[in-house]
Amino acid sequence: MATEPVSEQTALQRPAAWEEEADREQVHGLGPWRLGLRRLRRNKVALAFAALFVLLLAACLAAPLWADQVAKTGPNTNHLSDTIRVDGERKNVVALDGVPIGPQYLKADGKFFLGADPNGRDIMVRLLYGGRNSLMIGITAALITTFLSILLGTIAGYFRGAADVVIRNLLDIMWSFPVIILGVALGVALALGGIDIGPISIAPDSLAIPIGIIGLVYVPYMARPVRGQVMSLREKEFVEAARAQGAGPLRIMFTEVVPNLASTILVFFTLLIANAVLLEAALSFLGAGVQPPNPSWGSMIDEGVDRIATAPHLAIVPGVMLVLTVLSLNVFGDGVRDALDPRAKVRLEH
Amino acid sequence: MSDGEPLLKVEDLEVSFATEEGVVQAVDGVTFDLEAGEVLAVVGESGSGKSVTAMTLMGLTRSPNARFEGTAHYKGTELIGAPEDELRRIRGAEIAMIFQDPMTSLNPVVRIGDQIVEQIQEHEGVPDQQARERTVELLERVGIPRARERVDNYPFEFSGGMRQRVMIALALSCNPSILIADEPTTALDVTIQAQILQRIQELREETGAAVILVTHDLGVVADIADRIAVMYAGRIVEQGTLDQIFYDPQHPYTWGLLGSITRVDKPRPERLPAIAGLPPSLANRPEGCHFRPRCPHEFAECPKVPPLVGRVDGQPDHLDRCWLAVDEKRVKREVAPGEIGLAAKEEARA
Amino acid sequence: MLRFVVRRLLQMVLVMFAVSVLTFFIFNVIPNGDPAVRMAGRQPTETQIEQIRKEWNFDEPIYVQYVTTMEKVFTGDLRSYFTQLPVGEEILKGLPRTLSLAIGAALLWMFVAVCLGLYSAVKAGKFADRFLTIIALVGISMPVFWVGALMSYYLGFKLGWFPNGGYVELTEDPIDWAYHLILPWTALAILFIGFYSRVLRSNVLDTINEDYVRTARAKGLGERQIMVRHVLRNSLIPVVTLWGLDFGAVVGGGAILTETVFDLQGVGQYAAEAIGQLDVPPVLATTMIIAFFVVLMNAVVDILYAYLDPRIRLQ
Repeated sequence: MATEPVSEQTALQRPAAWEEEADREQVHGLGPWRLGLRRLRRNKVALAFAALFVLLLAACLAAPLWADQVAKTGPNTNHLSDTIRVDGERKNVVALDGVPIGPQYLKADGKFFLGADPNGRDIMVRLLYGGRNSLMIGITAALITTFLSILLGTIAGYFRGAADVVIRNLLDIMWSFPVIILGVALGVALALGGIDIGPISIAPDSLAIPIGIIGLVYVPYMARPVRGQVMSLREKEFVEAARAQGAGPLRIMFTEVVPNLASTILVFFTLLIANAVLLEAALSFLGAGVQPPNPSWGSMIDEGVDRIATAPHLAIVPGVMLVLTVLSLNVFGDGVRDALDPRAKVRLEH
Repeated sequence: MSDGEPLLKVEDLEVSFATEEGVVQAVDGVTFDLEAGEVLAVVGESGSGKSVTAMTLMGLTRSPNARFEGTAHYKGTELIGAPEDELRRIRGAEIAMIFQDPMTSLNPVVRIGDQIVEQIQEHEGVPDQQARERTVELLERVGIPRARERVDNYPFEFSGGMRQRVMIALALSCNPSILIADEPTTALDVTIQAQILQRIQELREETGAAVILVTHDLGVVADIADRIAVMYAGRIVEQGTLDQIFYDPQHPYTWGLLGSITRVDKPRPERLPAIAGLPPSLANRPEGCHFRPRCPHEFAECPKVPPLVGRVDGQPDHLDRCWLAVDEKRVKREVAPGEIGLAAKEEARA
Repeated sequence: MLRFVVRRLLQMVLVMFAVSVLTFFIFNVIPNGDPAVRMAGRQPTETQIEQIRKEWNFDEPIYVQYVTTMEKVFTGDLRSYFTQLPVGEEILKGLPRTLSLAIGAALLWMFVAVCLGLYSAVKAGKFADRFLTIIALVGISMPVFWVGALMSYYLGFKLGWFPNGGYVELTEDPIDWAYHLILPWTALAILFIGFYSRVLRSNVLDTINEDYVRTARAKGLGERQIMVRHVLRNSLIPVVTLWGLDFGAVVGGGAILTETVFDLQGVGQYAAEAIGQLDVPPVLATTMIIAFFVVLMNAVVDILYAYLDPRIRLQ
């Protein structure tokens, strides 16, 4: 038999053939995002905790609702000399020996649901308002950290040279201060006079102060990995390709580099909120965070620890809320990290 | 052991992995024998199952999602599914392995002498001094200059080729009967490749060990193999002596492999020849012969799984998996000079 | 190696200098308002403010202020305007207590974390691993001061199993010293155990998948030997760096919170009380000293790491 004529072009020359081939094989590669999302959906524990966090967040945001409709009092309103009606009886909110009333749950129509603190304030109301403060501080601070980290990390990693040296050294110096120490130092320094630099003027008891402090102190922790990733992304082919197409550095940074940082940023962001909330609690506990009389879980624990012998619930309740919130963020963040990790070890039935 | 029994007898070996995409059949009914002292080359592209086969023989395929079927008899012991301590006795002392990347296959923070002594001590409790002497001798034998000094060096202090020699020394330290070399030269420069292969050849002659050489490079094989097994998509598609495979290949895939070697004794081709198409997804293989989608000679019989049998008169040990008659094969594989031995698969499928 | 050490120590000194400048900036430059007023604390009087202004040279240019501040801190001429006690002495008094807390907690957390991390890694994916992961996550979610307070209350006050706080000198009675520190050590360690066991687990899992571990197995070595001689050894090296950094963080942050809750009267509690009173001199001094300590630990750890990893040592 004569040899069959062989076409000059192999399949390599005909891209259409490759696609037909691939289609026939029915290999549909999923992008890393879809794959990650699918894996995350399978992680029931992580999703459960994410739901818990959303629940807690919603409850805290609904603080004014609870305060107005149920407890009928504000977070800072003292009821030292007041009485309430419980099951028909009249009771002192704060007894004559200074011991505040314990959790009433629904016995007094929801007032003092979790009891009162030594100043006669409704703990439930303070808890929810305090949560609002703590969470708002935590989330906003995390946003600030993320923004600054992306900015500094990308500039340092992409442009290298002098900018990198300056930024890197600045971050290293900040890194030398343990987070609490730096937070405390700034907190104490700013507590009396606030800030007044150029256009920025913030009063000392504004929540913007702890937000700014916490947002700032975590920057080295996130900027470093961002910088590292930017440096390696910079060398990748698609960046070269963009450069060859004539795109300027700013454009490359926004369209090529930053989207690839997304998974790192996402994981970090969740964990940042968790750490920011814990840091705020620590700072408020020490008196360098949210200033009284504004409630925060940290300052409530501080007040509670003093009276732990007589009224342990004062310290336990805000602590439990804090732990649940931070835990749910940590578990969810962990789940996201696992889902996006291409090398995750998946155990499957066979 | 009575004569006539092969040193290693592998029968119907199957290895499958459960993955998120489904069950991946990496090794699909592999059967071969290995005689004492012979060099068997297992050739195939990435994903053909050759490495998994080699690893499984030593029990190094440890994914919890893996499932094994079939048998591998070595000197009266069944390797597949054997208990760990049995396998441990055999590993290193009876069957030893050289891995592909010597850079990562040696512990970077342990001196190479210690790494070799460790193996010697594991299997033969000889005095330290003696083990060390043996190590120095081994290093000399594999061609490491100034072995007595360098035995205390760390892996990073050697070049790639030297590191691979260290690995060979390690593998041979306990005089194994079988040496499995998994792509031993792939990570090395072409110039070093020849040296390493030669060294393996020499040592084989000195020690009488059998060698299973796993590679994707037929050029590497041409020098030192006694027999060749060609693997594709988990199956052996052709098996025979060196001469049989190179001069009378019976399977279209083998034709493609041979044709894609650039030959110094033939005119230079217009473009680098390649086999058209892609290997099948191991989770979703074609029915019958796995090579069908890429084979231009496909005909009515092909949807049936072709058994691995000898079809050539006078060559009882030359086995292949192609339904075509022998004389048809001998015609189809002849092509014009400079062309690949396997025509591109055109609209023959339409 | 020697060149590396010298270079690293020089770097350390430079960073310390930068740290001192930053600390100075934080306290005397960035905030709004009169630094003298700030320094005087919560209830300043006019005379106090004037006196402070002269003492600290607040009318002089910034670099003079900086030099004055540094002089005061390092010559021990620093005095708290709230308690009137000299800062340097108070810090020295509290130092052995803080170090007792920090070193004990660090050893405890390292030991437990290595065990738990290794166990988790070996049983990766199975129930034991997932359970320990949740425990670890709970550990890093609990604020140390809250845990400490609860432990002190329930285990110390109510059940009486442990002392309710306070500190006993090591020289007086070693057993009692340890007895008083068990709860604080545990409270402080819980957070770090949670974190480190997961770092170690991750390192071990990475190492287990390394090619050289496969080689070790191909040599016929037993699992235990592989774990110890190859996996653990290589996994621990990067952990050493982290441990050093965190030891500084413990001395810095964790100590402040834990000492307060257990009334250990160490440097941390001293700082905490000053913070509560917005008493600047002690806070300034402790901030700088702690940061110096962290920088020192960083240098020590880098040098240790270079020694342990032959790739760096033999450059």
